[in-house]
Amino acid sequence: MMRLPDFELRRPRTLAEAATILAGEGPAARPLAGGTDLLPNMKRRQQTPRVLVALGEIPGLRTFTNGAALAIGAGTTLAALAADTRMAQYGALAQAAARVASPQLRNQATLGGNLCLDTRCSYYDQSEPWRRAIGCCLKKDGDTCWVATASRRCVAVSSSDCAPALVALGARVRLVSREGTREVALEDFYRDDGMDHLVKRPDEILSAVDVPDAQGWRSTYWKLRRRGAIDFPVLGVAAAVKRDTAGTIEAARVALGAAGSRPFLVPQASEALIGRTLDDATIAATARRVAARAKPVDNTDFETRWRKDVATQLVSYALRELRGEDLGAIRRRF
Amino acid sequence: MNDSTRPASPREPCEFSVNGEPVAIACAAHVTLLEALREELGLTGTKHGCELGECGACTVLLDGASVLSCLVLAQTCAGRQVETVEGLADGPGLHPLQAAFADLGGSQCGYCTPGMLMSAKQLLAAEPAPDRARIREAIGGNLCRCTGYQQIVDAIAHAAAVMRGEPA
Ligand SMILES: Cc1cc2nc3c(=O)[nH]c(=O)nc-3n(C[C@H](O)[C@H](O)[C@H](O)COP(=O)(O)OP(=O)(O)OC[C@H]3O[C@@H](n4cnc5c(N)ncnc54)[C@H](O)[C@@H]3O)c2cc1C
Ligand code: FES
Ligand code: FES
Repeated sequence: MMRLPDFELRRPRTLAEAATILAGEGPAARPLAGGTDLLPNMKRRQQTPRVLVALGEIPGLRTFTNGAALAIGAGTTLAALAADTRMAQYGALAQAAARVASPQLRNQATLGGNLCLDTRCSYYDQSEPWRRAIGCCLKKDGDTCWVATASRRCVAVSSSDCAPALVALGARVRLVSREGTREVALEDFYRDDGMDHLVKRPDEILSAVDVPDAQGWRSTYWKLRRRGAIDFPVLGVAAAVKRDTAGTIEAARVALGAAGSRPFLVPQASEALIGRTLDDATIAATARRVAARAKPVDNTDFETRWRKDVATQLVSYALRELRGEDLGAIRRRF
Repeated sequence: MNDSTRPASPREPCEFSVNGEPVAIACAAHVTLLEALREELGLTGTKHGCELGECGACTVLLDGASVLSCLVLAQTCAGRQVETVEGLADGPGLHPLQAAFADLGGSQCGYCTPGMLMSAKQLLAAEPAPDRARIREAIGGNLCRCTGYQQIVDAIAHAAAVMRGEPA
């Protein structure tokens, strides 16, 4: 058996109680949501918190309301999210949630955990003996980044599927601590640093995600991975457009996931799309500009060169789908 | 493998239900549901494979939803309902899923079978008449190294028909 290291488990019943525990214990304590990222990492001794603060018994984290905007509790499971009819307007998020991992993992995994997912790397996501055998790496216990040995910065990759989808949808997250609540735009929630990738402080709990009204918008998410299930994204493309009745694009947001240490918005895509229609030439030009921003490094599955080439394809599939083409047959291959 | 530099967390009493029967154990915080089932309760039907969420061998139902017991802390199951492969048969009578796996070659070495059965059980509880694509999707988190999956899909489709009362 591959056992967990020992820790103290706290099971608060309210958000305030959880915030008090985190404030008191300092960075040695960590929230535990579905555990599908944290527990494998702890088994491999990549993360060894002294205290786990289980969030599963805090009812407020599972609320899901839609007024003018959608407010999704951070404890909502990805399975619940993917199945919710209110998600019809938010195609990119529904598709991203439905494509995370496997059915069992989606029953356990939460949206909050997905957005706070640790960054990943083929030199880091390994057992402790494996990592020790290479002298560990910059991200944990070592001083070399084996992906880019000259790099002073860890290039571990952001591998969340929901993060790029929610960046494209213009979402904001609520962070709660004993000091109060602050709101951060999701695109500013991440840093381009594989070791310290969240602006969230250790004492802050992500309580909810607010997604603006998607009236008039259409969005989609395309995920590249080796197998059609279980695998993390090797590239994620989320695109959202708002068009007038003539089909002219009034607003557009394209975000990439698994293309760096954070998910990021590509402003060049909005520039290439706004004021035009989704014709072939516009799609081709946009896809080229977005793909130029994807700079994959050799720390995950597939050959780096191919991952860069295929980015153009993935972006054009997303945009073609948004103009109403039925790409079901191609989608089933992913 | 436990970190010996840290004091062991105390064993806490923990009560939940397994296959409809109440159970009471005492376990440390780091004990997973998989370890509790196999080592505390002697229910070794649930298998351990990767123990990292990648294979599905440890699938059980928790309050009716399929989960990976290698990634659930036993203490967080307090007051909840766990169903394992041991709960499928009704006395000597196999569950229609078990019978179909046996009859149609859905189980070869058998290591993946308990997890497959529990994923299939959740699927059929929600969707009594899934098509083959849906069945494949529903077992997407369960790896099998022997069968090539076709016989497993056949078995689930057959069991679904039996459970709907259709002539086989
Ligand atoms: C085999 C396998 C395949 C996977 N495939 C994918 C995939 O394809 N795509 C993908 O995106 N992910 C994948 N994952 C990762 C993971 O399952 C998901 O990202 C999941 O959504 C994480 O959520 P969780 O609730 O389980 O998080 P946890 O493991 O509980 O937590 C993850 C991190 O977030 C922190 N955290 C959790 N909730 C909060 C909160 N409310 N406030 C503050 N901090 C919080 C925790 O402290 C921890 O650091 C996979 C995992 C496995 C094991
Ligand atoms: S043992 Fe739990 S998923 Fe492999
Ligand atoms: S029957 Fe051997 S792994 Fe599936």
